[in-house]
Amino acid sequence: MTIKGKAYIAGAYEHPTRKAPDKSLAQLHAEVALGALRDAGLSKDDVDGYFCGGDAPGGAVTMADYMGLKLRHLDSTDAGGTSYLMHVGHAAQAIALGKCNVALITLAGRPRSEGMATGTAPRLRDPNQPDAQWEFPLGLATANSYAMCAMRHMHEFGTTSEQLAWIKVAASHHAQHNPNAMLRDVVTVEDVVNSPMITDPLHRLDCCVISDGGGALIVVKPEIAKSLKRPLVKVIGAGETAKHQSGGDVDLTTSGAARSGAAAFAEAGVKHKDIKYASIYDSFTITVLIQLEDLGFCEKGKGGAFVSDGNLISGVGKLPFNTDGGGLCNNHPSNRGGMTKIIEAVRQLRGEAHPAVQVKNCDIALAHGTGMQLGARHGSGTLIMERE
Amino acid sequence: MSTKERKLPAPVATPEGEAFWKAASEGKFLVKRCADCGRVHWYPRAICPFCFSDRTEWVAGSGRGTIYTYSVMRRAPEPYAIAYVTLEEGPTMMTNIVDCDLDSIRIGQKVKLVFKPTDGGPPMPMFTPVG
Repeated sequence: MTIKGKAYIAGAYEHPTRKAPDKSLAQLHAEVALGALRDAGLSKDDVDGYFCGGDAPGGAVTMADYMGLKLRHLDSTDAGGTSYLMHVGHAAQAIALGKCNVALITLAGRPRSEGMATGTAPRLRDPNQPDAQWEFPLGLATANSYAMCAMRHMHEFGTTSEQLAWIKVAASHHAQHNPNAMLRDVVTVEDVVNSPMITDPLHRLDCCVISDGGGALIVVKPEIAKSLKRPLVKVIGAGETAKHQSGGDVDLTTSGAARSGAAAFAEAGVKHKDIKYASIYDSFTITVLIQLEDLGFCEKGKGGAFVSDGNLISGVGKLPFNTDGGGLCNNHPSNRGGMTKIIEAVRQLRGEAHPAVQVKNCDIALAHGTGMQLGARHGSGTLIMERE
Repeated sequence: MSTKERKLPAPVATPEGEAFWKAASEGKFLVKRCADCGRVHWYPRAICPFCFSDRTEWVAGSGRGTIYTYSVMRRAPEPYAIAYVTLEEGPTMMTNIVDCDLDSIRIGQKVKLVFKPTDGGPPMPMFTPVG
């Protein structure tokens, strides 16, 4: 049993807003749902499956009520920012089993309007969460969690701040062409390493933006995809896992991508050289580097050399990544970057990315995400898609 | 840069952690060991995360370890060093490195346990460099 070829991404929509003080969170979910349905050429009444993460206010049932959805399949898997990659895989499974025909996946958030200190302040946890009593008082935020991974990676493999900076440089080269991107100025390695230190060794420009907005996807069964007017984007492989502290066997230089990526490649039956474009979760520069290694694009420990010298820049390097500018420059709605990773991969496969960053003959693309915290516990989701 | 005392929020103990926090209030550092597989894990649980035995027991920890990784958070009223320390008993635990020049912290440094007071709760287990 496989999901390969059993489902297609027929609709994709990224909200253009980056600051939405005048909109409710539920409204943003509905706006992106509408955008994705219009993109697909479908209507709300076609939707019979709904998928959402922890950002959906009140959960799947509340959102179904709010949007007036009539459902026969619901899934509210939450693994932080990577949830939406998992949702596509789950939607393909549900479609393959006949549990739904048209799946809607939504993400939205307004951390910017709400003035959330997203990365540098510890977030309150439910005291029943078993790690809360041991970790919350320590000042574990998001940025210092990822920074500990970077520090260890530098120690084990000699990775440098300049190498990490190349990831931001590449993202900025892409973002200059995206009119909706929050940061459109091209930056240099020097700009990154000279930006203020946030939490050693991560500088301000090693960190993603904080933005409002959202995105949605429509995943459908093959017969429906082929009846629509949009280019055909087929789901051919998906993998997911959770990686954590393993009872104290902590290993911060390897991510769940090692498992979810291997599963997705095995299901898709493709090789790394077949991947023409990759959307790689970029909450921080180090996130990209560790995931690229674990996905197998380079050897463990060699990520620093791999990302250097523009290797991730479209038209310049061997592996064009995050051609919308990614979370580092474009958008990180709800502090969850998985949705926008899939959307840009769909644009690339359709040939609808900005002409300056469109990858030629982009027939196979990968999207990958890390949710929650690389330095504590995280979800990992990988998706491989093919243009038909 | 040196550490000024910062106000730590109190850990909200669950029934599973109560024995640890009571001992911590008396200056004793406990870890959980599995009576079946013999391994020490962190953070402490009722059921062993390695072999899933329910025969876990509290034992005294040495309080000695080595810094696995760390990061100094500069965007805070008082900068502080979050870290993972690998204990002599085996597991690597999330903690803070305190009572030292934050800019002198290095991976591989030997450290020892110190308890730091919290705001109205039991003290948190933290570490400071030795030698």
